Amino acid sequence: MKKISIDPITRLEGHGKIEIFLEKGKVKDVFLQVPEFRGFEKFCEGRKGEDMPQLTSRICGVCPVAHHFAATKALDSAYNCEVPIKAKKLRELMYCGYIIYDHILHFYFLGGPDFLVGKDAPKEKRNIIGVIEKYGEQVGMEVIKHRAYGQKITEIIGGKATHPVCGIPGGVTKGISEEERKEIEEMAKSCVQFSLFTLEIFKKNILENYQDLFFNKNFDLEVYNMGLVDDDKCLNFYDGKVRVTAPDNSEYALFEPKEYLNYIGEYVYEWSFVKFPYLKNIGFKGLIPLKDNGLYRVGPLARLNVSESLKTKEAQKEFENFYKTYNKKPVNNIFAYHWARLIELLYASERALELSSDKDIIGYEEIRNFDLKKPKDGVGIVEAARGTLIHHYFLNEEGMIEKVNLIVATTNNNGALNISLKIGALSVEEYLDKEDEKLLNQIEMFFRAYDPCLACASHNLKFQILKKEENKITIIF
Amino acid sequence: MKKKFAFYWAASCGGCEIAVLDINEKILDVIKNADILFWPVAVDTKYKDVENLPDEYFDFCFFNGSIRNSEQEHLAKLLRKKSRVLVAFGSCAVEGCIPGLANLYRREDILKRGFIETESTDNPKKVLPQKEISYNSEKMELPEFYSQVFPLDEICEVDYYLPGCPPPTGLIINAMEKIFANENIPKKTYLAPTKSLCDTCERNKTFPKKMPKIKRMIEIQPDPNTCFLEQGIICLGPATRSGCKNLCINANWPCTGCMGPTPEVSDQGAKMISALTSILLLDEEKKNYEEFYKILEEEIKKIKDPIGTFYMYSLAKAILNKRREG
Repeated sequence: MKKISIDPITRLEGHGKIEIFLEKGKVKDVFLQVPEFRGFEKFCEGRKGEDMPQLTSRICGVCPVAHHFAATKALDSAYNCEVPIKAKKLRELMYCGYIIYDHILHFYFLGGPDFLVGKDAPKEKRNIIGVIEKYGEQVGMEVIKHRAYGQKITEIIGGKATHPVCGIPGGVTKGISEEERKEIEEMAKSCVQFSLFTLEIFKKNILENYQDLFFNKNFDLEVYNMGLVDDDKCLNFYDGKVRVTAPDNSEYALFEPKEYLNYIGEYVYEWSFVKFPYLKNIGFKGLIPLKDNGLYRVGPLARLNVSESLKTKEAQKEFENFYKTYNKKPVNNIFAYHWARLIELLYASERALELSSDKDIIGYEEIRNFDLKKPKDGVGIVEAARGTLIHHYFLNEEGMIEKVNLIVATTNNNGALNISLKIGALSVEEYLDKEDEKLLNQIEMFFRAYDPCLACASHNLKFQILKKEENKITIIF
Repeated sequence: MKKKFAFYWAASCGGCEIAVLDINEKILDVIKNADILFWPVAVDTKYKDVENLPDEYFDFCFFNGSIRNSEQEHLAKLLRKKSRVLVAFGSCAVEGCIPGLANLYRREDILKRGFIETESTDNPKKVLPQKEISYNSEKMELPEFYSQVFPLDEICEVDYYLPGCPPPTGLIINAMEKIFANENIPKKTYLAPTKSLCDTCERNKTFPKKMPKIKRMIEIQPDPNTCFLEQGIICLGPATRSGCKNLCINANWPCTGCMGPTPEVSDQGAKMISALTSILLLDEEKKNYEEFYKILEEEIKKIKDPIGTFYMYSLAKAILNKRREG
């Protein structure tokens, strides 16, 4: 028995380690461990409800806006308080700014360099510095500028880009001026162009050169898909109902946030100390992509898969092109996450432009509703860059937190991440013995597609036994 | 010669890494002046590579996150050894930050809530993460989850401190410029201004000699030009270091104290309580003692979650910094 460790896994948010066990050159076990836990679900007890948007944003400094507004919406719901339309628009606009910044971060800094610089490039170059060297400082400046625009939108509306402060039950604490609106509008315009440019880079330099990854049937994973949709069953990051579709693209469920406990359970393996979210009514049948297994995926690919269409013009064109190219829906290829993410970047930019062109968002009046009812429990769900994010709080009569339950984006993907990394390890099995750095990095590419955020997940993941026979992957317990 | 840099995160949220990227085009200056040789969020260097380096190999290590488990302690000590200068970067490393509030709870209760009790969890056998895990005759390890959160300087020697949650970009750029200019900075320096936030606040002109009855943010929409304390909202400005450009206050949210205490203060919460006692309900003091005491007592009851309010970021560094065991 031989053990190969990848420690720490890199170019992601948070801590993780992969352990690969080889027996006579064959992959026996692969484990992804997350060696971190901070215990927000406990120490938030006893805090003031209105502090939660800021306390929980410290779960993740890469996706603070997602936690900030999941928390704010959980409080809206706990206080049974309608949010004025202006405040809703401001929240969604800020949310789009966050998606812009986060998706740019992933493509150019985290998961993208494997393709942009190349998976065979030396490790010193497989990063943003290598991207800037290869594409030139001018492209580098554009990347930096537009990532910063996303952050700036959050800063203008939320006060602070990392760890904003505007969210309060019933609205937001501050409005924006006409000058600020204009500034956001200009930035959003530029982000639309930059998203189109990024999609061009992707199609020209990545999709063409890595057909063996993007169109490889071995890298398909068939599980359920989950994401928030609006009333027309179209993608919305900030608000809506949760839609779940089956691998045959039929609608499995469409539910309100407060109903989540009827649909989602978190399984704990006796041997692994892991929470594996699954669809309750289907049940958890292990880490196998079976039709009667309740595993599901979240994040960019899952969101496109559950959406009937996208409501902005250019993004809709790309959406159609995406499904036309794959010639099926849902798309199941693991690496298609990268493409889906860039289509979302375009959607978020166009949506930000739409919202910021609306003069109704300016001014400092009508941004809060003070009609807070007697607090009880409340659920807030948003689509974090990495997937569906659920905050559930139980408040006492004074609006103090009694209990907290969180199901974070990356945790939802736990089962899928597990299986995907197994597929990754098996795809290079015959060369694994050499422990070549580039080969090990290729395994890491299978988790990077999901853009996992392990600071968010803060649970432990564990893999199980796999066997590869004549290109078929079976899982043995 | 280019400086050798390392960035690392322990128990943190990743916001400090983003704060480094938020210096935007200045990051190109950093790349010109420094080789970033270890930075898990962005660069593919592994622990093994770091362990194989000679001691004091890195000129600077910016270390964010507090110490919550044994792996983080190991990495803190390793990076201390491998770095000439170690900077505690951000509120978690400096003073424990919001995750430091976990010091209010027993280790067992924190694990129990996370892995057993949560509403969506299905764990009837009450399995908890273990330090050593056996599976198919193999062994794997998880770090030991400590019973409290430690700021970095309780684990190893720290040379400089860069406070804030996350550290403000202006202060990061400032620190980088000093480093690249080879400026001699005295050890133990906080790379941040020394004034209190109140001293830099535009609302300061209405800083009250007396504070009215206490209000919560859910109750009122504060006037954006008037001191929060004047409006009955607790704002940690008097007890907090400046340098953040007052971003929260400008977004109409009171300061919650993420820059930590000013240099002459060791316990931020105690300082804030002392500030409050000198202004709260000063008008009522004219009344007879018993009457005043009654009103005051009622007012103090309105301060919900005093620890979370006065020590939101600094509990792990406070004089009373954790729940007593047992």
